[in-house]
Amino acid sequence: MEAPDVVVNGRAVPFVGATPHTTALDWLRGLGLTGAKEGCAEGECGACSVMVARPGVEAPTEWTALNACLMPAAQLAGQEVVTAEGLADGDTLHPVQAEMAARGGSQCGYCTPGFVCSMAAEFYRPGRREAPRSAEAEEGHECGPNGFDLHALSGNLCRCTGYRPIRAAAYAVGQAEDDDPLTARTRQQPPATTYAELAADGARFVRPADLPALLDLLAAEPDAVLVAGSTDHGVEVNLRGRRPPLTVAVDRLDELRGFAVADDHVELGAALSLTEIERRLAGRLPLVGQMTEQFASRLIRNGATLGGNLGTGSPIGDAAPSLLALEAEVVLASVEGDRTVALADYFTGYRASVRRPGEVIRAVRVPLPARGLTAFHKIAKRRFDDISSVAVGFALDVDDGVVTAARIGLGGVAATPIRARATEAVLEGRPWDAATVAEAADVLGREGTPLDDHRASAAYRAAMLRTSLLKLHAENPAPELEASA
Amino acid sequence: MSRAPEHLARDLARRPARGVVVGEHLPHESAAGHVTGAALYTDDLVGRTPGCLHAHPVQVPVAHARVTGLRVAPAYDVPGVVRVLTAADVPGVNDAGIKHDEPLFTDEVMFHGHAVAWVLGETLEAARRGALAVEVDLTELPALVSVHDAIAAGSFQGGQPTLARGDVERALEDAAHVFSGETEMAGQEHFYLETHCSLALVDEAGQVFVQSSTQHPTETQEIVAHVLGIASHEVTVQCLRMGGGFGGKEMQPHGYAAVAALGARLTGRPVRVRLTRSQDMTMTGKRHGFHAAWRAGFDADARLVALDATLTSDGGWSLDLSEPVLARALCHVDNAYWIPHVRVNGRVAQTHKTSQTAFRGFGGPQGMFVVEDVLGRCAPRLGVPAHVLRERNFYADGQDTPYGQPVKQPERLHRAWATLSSEADLEARRAEVAAFNAAHPHTKRGLATTPVKFGISFNLTAFNQAGALVHVYKDGSVLVNHGGTEMGQGLHTKMLQVAATALGVPLSRVRLAPTRTDKVPNTSATAASSGADLNGAAIRDACEQITARLLEVDPDSSMSWEDRVRTAYMSRVQLFAAGFYKTEGLHWDSAAMRGEPFKYFAYGVAAAEVEVDGFTGGYRTRRVDVVHDVGASLSPLVDVGQIEGGYVQGAGWLTLEDLRWDESDGPGRGRLLTQAASTYKLPSLSEMPEDFRVTLLPDASEDGAVYGGKAVGEPPLMLAFATREALREAVAAFGPDGEGPRPGVHLASPATPEAVWWAIERARAGGDDRLVLGDPAEPDDTGIVPPQPDGPAYRPSSERLAQDQDPS
Repeated sequence: MEAPDVVVNGRAVPFVGATPHTTALDWLRGLGLTGAKEGCAEGECGACSVMVARPGVEAPTEWTALNACLMPAAQLAGQEVVTAEGLADGDTLHPVQAEMAARGGSQCGYCTPGFVCSMAAEFYRPGRREAPRSAEAEEGHECGPNGFDLHALSGNLCRCTGYRPIRAAAYAVGQAEDDDPLTARTRQQPPATTYAELAADGARFVRPADLPALLDLLAAEPDAVLVAGSTDHGVEVNLRGRRPPLTVAVDRLDELRGFAVADDHVELGAALSLTEIERRLAGRLPLVGQMTEQFASRLIRNGATLGGNLGTGSPIGDAAPSLLALEAEVVLASVEGDRTVALADYFTGYRASVRRPGEVIRAVRVPLPARGLTAFHKIAKRRFDDISSVAVGFALDVDDGVVTAARIGLGGVAATPIRARATEAVLEGRPWDAATVAEAADVLGREGTPLDDHRASAAYRAAMLRTSLLKLHAENPAPELEASA
Repeated sequence: MSRAPEHLARDLARRPARGVVVGEHLPHESAAGHVTGAALYTDDLVGRTPGCLHAHPVQVPVAHARVTGLRVAPAYDVPGVVRVLTAADVPGVNDAGIKHDEPLFTDEVMFHGHAVAWVLGETLEAARRGALAVEVDLTELPALVSVHDAIAAGSFQGGQPTLARGDVERALEDAAHVFSGETEMAGQEHFYLETHCSLALVDEAGQVFVQSSTQHPTETQEIVAHVLGIASHEVTVQCLRMGGGFGGKEMQPHGYAAVAALGARLTGRPVRVRLTRSQDMTMTGKRHGFHAAWRAGFDADARLVALDATLTSDGGWSLDLSEPVLARALCHVDNAYWIPHVRVNGRVAQTHKTSQTAFRGFGGPQGMFVVEDVLGRCAPRLGVPAHVLRERNFYADGQDTPYGQPVKQPERLHRAWATLSSEADLEARRAEVAAFNAAHPHTKRGLATTPVKFGISFNLTAFNQAGALVHVYKDGSVLVNHGGTEMGQGLHTKMLQVAATALGVPLSRVRLAPTRTDKVPNTSATAASSGADLNGAAIRDACEQITARLLEVDPDSSMSWEDRVRTAYMSRVQLFAAGFYKTEGLHWDSAAMRGEPFKYFAYGVAAAEVEVDGFTGGYRTRRVDVVHDVGASLSPLVDVGQIEGGYVQGAGWLTLEDLRWDESDGPGRGRLLTQAASTYKLPSLSEMPEDFRVTLLPDASEDGAVYGGKAVGEPPLMLAFATREALREAVAAFGPDGEGPRPGVHLASPATPEAVWWAIERARAGGDDRLVLGDPAEPDDTGIVPPQPDGPAYRPSSERLAQDQDPS
């Protein structure tokens, strides 16, 4: 075993006592830090939320709230983590703790340490005082007068309070003091990415130090399971008893974390978290911005990556429909070198793709300029923290009132994410008016082969495909005028 | 019938002139522990318990089958497996309930996921692998998976009560308007954030100590004792606190505590049973879904004259608390409305599902659902706005409930309604909503108001008792034990305030010890919203005994508290006391369904405004206003928290939370399809009312309740009907405009975005309320006629027991 210490609440703790499939949550609780709880073991409830020091966007390091139930404990090796127990200064509660306690933000208290960690991460977010993080937060007024973005808590569930006092606490916290040790930590470099290896209980966990090492490892052991945010893998381990013999962490490889804007495309590193993508894009690709806003919850987005979302190939993943509409490409790396595949050609069947053994998704490329009228429509029971029953990504160009190009990506209506090519064909070259839209919407309602399941009936899914285009038109009857306004 | 003398009732409510700590705006007594992670829950003790074994169930993935073979030997081949528990290991009674219909280790699988054995391992992983290795032979049997399956098959369990008053048939004949219909409502998973958990230890004398996340430590103790074949005094159950209960830990924890205790007795080592979320959702009971068939008659002024209904609850595989839940449903079918002629039949379907159980409201919400659905659907047909129809039918002074209890304080309902109207500016906002709807073809708003009248006390009179133990130490510090459990509802906070007030000491002098059966025995469940009423009165009784004794040593109260206590000790005055309380004036005949089962009614009213997207059926709750009667609040921050949290939980039940069971004939028949947080969606921050205003009804001290406070745990959940009715109003706005009577809106339950969207589609097509009106050309056609009972009269076994043992 070769695993560096973990800094837990400011103290170095030897990384011992875990197998490759031990979760960070169980490992922390084994240290006696029982504040973080298991509520669901699948990253839905946030009772296990802890703060991890990650490379920042607006500061060298940012405290990032993550679901400890999903993360393999081994991913903490060499890292720094803060739990609810590590926030108070002796008997003096941390500002977020004090507000939560005083305002009735806890009743049974079981979800509270997780809320506190998610809230503290937002408390320390550099730039919080200047502006809310998300466009949707502004639109929905889901931002406090203190710059607190309520979406920071979208991955935390409370069954007791009805949330009103939790929101009140979030909107009441002040600004972090400059000499607060956790603020001070954000000004330093993040923990280094170090090689780590753990073998126990018949399984191995490896974190390679760089891309060549990863590719060599994958060439030798192509059945390895790759994890970045572990937001899918963790669920498989916890709920479905998956115990792969080799797990390889790619979340901190610099080569997979690039972000570049060129004249004709944007390149998004496969291991950037969705939160990082959202913040680095800063509105540059509105469709991607809309998608990331609605993708699961902030806690999940802090870990989840495009590489993971496309790598698992789930037909209901939210990233693919919008990336299909944007005609994105996937860059696959292996010891043979890089190759680029259009996302539309990437999926081959249910959770299957053209990715070969030994290949890793290195990046996603989105061509520029983006089309003028874009939108992401997600149909789900809940606005925050839910899985789509249907997702639609639209990217259209409308010139002189005529649709000159239409690209529509769909999720949740077939074994893979698909392009709505028949609908695109109806739209292209036709006026952007009610008659065209009505005809095209009927075609869109017949795309794919939606299923009946516990999320939605097939009939509703088909209806939602149809109405998504009607809604797009109702909200954008004259997109050119809006663009020039 | 005995009644407490008026002056005694006033005395219990009266607050002292000085040193009143009740009524103070205090955070939860464990708030600092919650926010720092220091507050411990049962599973947090495992790391502090050396040598603990971990238990994993062997769940069978079929809905109904006979177990013809069970081979546990392969489990012992798994490294780390220590012991497999089966029926053969049970020294006492192999039953996890109190009705002897819930075998702890079953030989007949009664629902998908039923556990037939438990594996103990050195680690949870070892136990899990061991459980996978156990081999079970089955003969599959037919399974009834829906309430409709059970009705068709005539599969019922328990008694079939009827609550009746007046002459329903005659009243329906004479009514100006008669409507009939069916109403179906979903169940609800508790989804307490902390799943079921027990940790059992055995001491040197073989006595069992079980720490359990239980709302009913005494019953947990009794069931552990009868499973182990030992007496209650050999078992102690402690509950530190629960990470939520909501009724789901009233009767459901016992079996898991018994498994842990049995494992500890057999191995001599501590044993932990903690359910994963999926295990909890597939194995433990939920709120009952109900089906109702009904006829309702109104006079020419749209006043309800008759309601004839048959309610069928989906009880799941065993009886559990289904009978008292049903009784409370029947007793709340009137909600806040005077209905002169009533006949409500109830029955419990037996299906091959988890055994449905208590859940905040305990049948009350399901009963009220029926009448609120009747009013909401019929209002457009009557040509009367729904809020007018509701108010017109409110109870007035001097009227009785259908079961014969005078409706006390109906003026509070009227006062709350008027307060809500003005504080929520309802008249102006109705106009704003109408203007918005006229201007927005694709988005509609709805604004609705609904009332709650909820009876407080356990229907079964015997449960309305409580005990407390109060110690004053020589240094003047106070330790309080009582029989209630803390699940987040703030009971301990209120109890500290009651003790400090009763003794006249600062809050800082009082500490509360965890709930344990060896401190206060024979407790009732912390349930029926009664925790503060019952335990608070018992604590006050104990404190007043001590206060009276202290007066002997300090008659003019001239000494400081500390001096008085020290002096009393030196004078050999007893400084501790056991308190006791029983609610006076209650009586209930559950066979006749008549009596005065409730101490009082809790009232509340709510107004909700929603906005619905006509393209998707998605919606947002823009604003909710509540005026609620909590008496003279014992702890305002706690009470407001209960109201807000209850409302959102109720809205979750009515609009979002979707228990889907596999009703196909495929191999997964009977499986709970929404068995995880990713598929079963409870409200998140995005479902919180964006503007949420709660007002406590002023000048509302309740005579006969400790320090004038009223129960608050359950009633606010039912305020959430306002959200459902607001959705109905918004859906109607997508339909054609027009004056005069027209079809109402049928809204499925839960009213998910999909359900709302289909309702919008029907409204756009001209409306379909699914009411059956009878054919005017066929005078004999009265539409749906609720089926009448043919089963045994209702008489819960617990009540039979109580009466059989009553020497009178």
